[in-house]
Amino acid sequence: MVLLGTLVLSACSTAKKSVGTMNDVYTGTETVEYLAKGVPDRVFFATNKSSLTTAARDTLRKQATWLRKNKNITVTVEGHADERGTREYNLALGERRANAAKDYLMTYGISGKRISVISYGKERPANPASSPLAYSMNRRSVTVKAN
Amino acid sequence: MKKIFFILLLFIAGIKNSYGLIKVDITRGNLDPLPIAVSPLYVDPKSDKLEIFKTAKLGEEISKIVESNFKSTGLFNPLKKESFVQKPDIAHLKPRFEDWRLIKAQALVTGNILVKENQLKAEFRLWDTTASKEMLALSFTTTPANWRRVAHIISDKIYERLTGESGYFDTRIIYVSETGPKGQRIKKLALMDQDGFNTKYLTLGNELVLTPRFNPTNQLVTYMSYFKNMPRVYLLDIETGVQEVVGNFPGMTFAPRFSPDGKKIIMSFAQDGNSDIYSMDLNTRVVEKITNHPSIDTSPSYSPDGKYIAFNSDRSGIQQIYVMRSDGTGVKRVTFGTGLYGTPVWSPRGDLIAFTKVRKGRFYIGVMRTDGSGERLLTENFYQEAPSWSPNGRVLIFYRETKTDSKGKGFSAKLWSIDITGYNERKLKTETDASDPSWSSLLSK
Repeated sequence: MVLLGTLVLSACSTAKKSVGTMNDVYTGTETVEYLAKGVPDRVFFATNKSSLTTAARDTLRKQATWLRKNKNITVTVEGHADERGTREYNLALGERRANAAKDYLMTYGISGKRISVISYGKERPANPASSPLAYSMNRRSVTVKAN
Repeated sequence: MKKIFFILLLFIAGIKNSYGLIKVDITRGNLDPLPIAVSPLYVDPKSDKLEIFKTAKLGEEISKIVESNFKSTGLFNPLKKESFVQKPDIAHLKPRFEDWRLIKAQALVTGNILVKENQLKAEFRLWDTTASKEMLALSFTTTPANWRRVAHIISDKIYERLTGESGYFDTRIIYVSETGPKGQRIKKLALMDQDGFNTKYLTLGNELVLTPRFNPTNQLVTYMSYFKNMPRVYLLDIETGVQEVVGNFPGMTFAPRFSPDGKKIIMSFAQDGNSDIYSMDLNTRVVEKITNHPSIDTSPSYSPDGKYIAFNSDRSGIQQIYVMRSDGTGVKRVTFGTGLYGTPVWSPRGDLIAFTKVRKGRFYIGVMRTDGSGERLLTENFYQEAPSWSPNGRVLIFYRETKTDSKGKGFSAKLWSIDITGYNERKLKTETDASDPSWSSLLSK
């Protein structure tokens, strides 16, 4: 789980840029959906990590802007982990990731009351393949409209 | 769960004079399993009719289950019935030991059955063919519906007599039944006999359910459910079907287990990105916070005396196993090997902790002493985790998932077991895919 870096590099060299990873974090758009035009619904994490990358912060700022414009909308942030950890630890990790996204939205002025979190651990992979690239797509938090 | 009534419990012989009789060593991988002949139990012709099959077949069916139990241990080699010379009824009265020695049987099981007025009376004997001696004789009565359990109880008593340790055949396994595609699995709680029979589904699959675990009397199960999209720990009474949320937590609770006295549930509660370990007393409903650390603390498991708790935490930076006193003091890290360690489960004997280890992208099930020394990895695979102990502390059950292709095809989840010797790895029969197994204690003690 720790040594995915080397595998990821080889994935980058063969795949198109839009489906690659950088430093173990997915940078593509393959599984991404949009809350509104130009507002991606999800951000990606490195293995066992819940820190937000520059790209993740950028996406969350777009979500915050959209939420400020749509004051009646409430959201649920779903936290997910890849399949390469134990189930119970992954539930905790998903919760930590969802809260990392929630906290960032709150620093951009969105009330915590409008954001609920739920962790699915490894239970709901976005990409069911067993490959480092699929794992990177599954280490994510997804913001979904709740109303 | 119907209780079996033991009417008589006769240990006619063998207990005092056991010196010199056969003994099976279960502390090592047994490469030379004991040849044992299980004579079909003789069915008294006065027996009433059964619904499931002809009553006359019952003796043979029971002996087949006993054989299959013995075979599954890897410690015994049940001999083929075609080679048996002596008829079941005569063998049960007085075995002709030369006949059984001739086919190399070192132990012989005989018995008879009478089904009368909705009562099944079973009587069996274990014989040492070399010493020409009876080692055990036992008789008990139950309802005919429990006929498979009759076979399991016979197996347990013989296993105990021959190995010196209690058996694990009259037990059940609760697990999560899985169907559907990998990205949208439908999961139900399922209960089955240890040998894969009598499967019952306890939930309908409308919501995600995970990690069921028995209480010490096997009447209650604690598990996690996403009912109404609120992931919480639940308590289920298997007989009545009544279930309730455990505690009143404002966020996700998960990874539940009972305390060894069954009075508490220990679990994790996640709030604001931090998971800590809590316990709740089921009578007083008093909740206690046991760990208080900004890292992930989860997968708690009590020692059998209730004095300690093992858990995993990433407070060091990566997931490792820790042991603390049950009040949360004296936290000590016990794993220092390379890789991640998780899912510690204390052996019912108290001497070992089973765990999952992840190293260089491979998953291992292992055991170690409770201070972390003496680590032994029993099995390596693409993905496997969540060991659960047999009630005698000799076998671990866990689940294993397969690698999928680039389209996510080829996924399966199955239950497996392995002896703590590292031998006798076996896939368990389940009606569907399966994960998160938890082994009950012995149903009849």
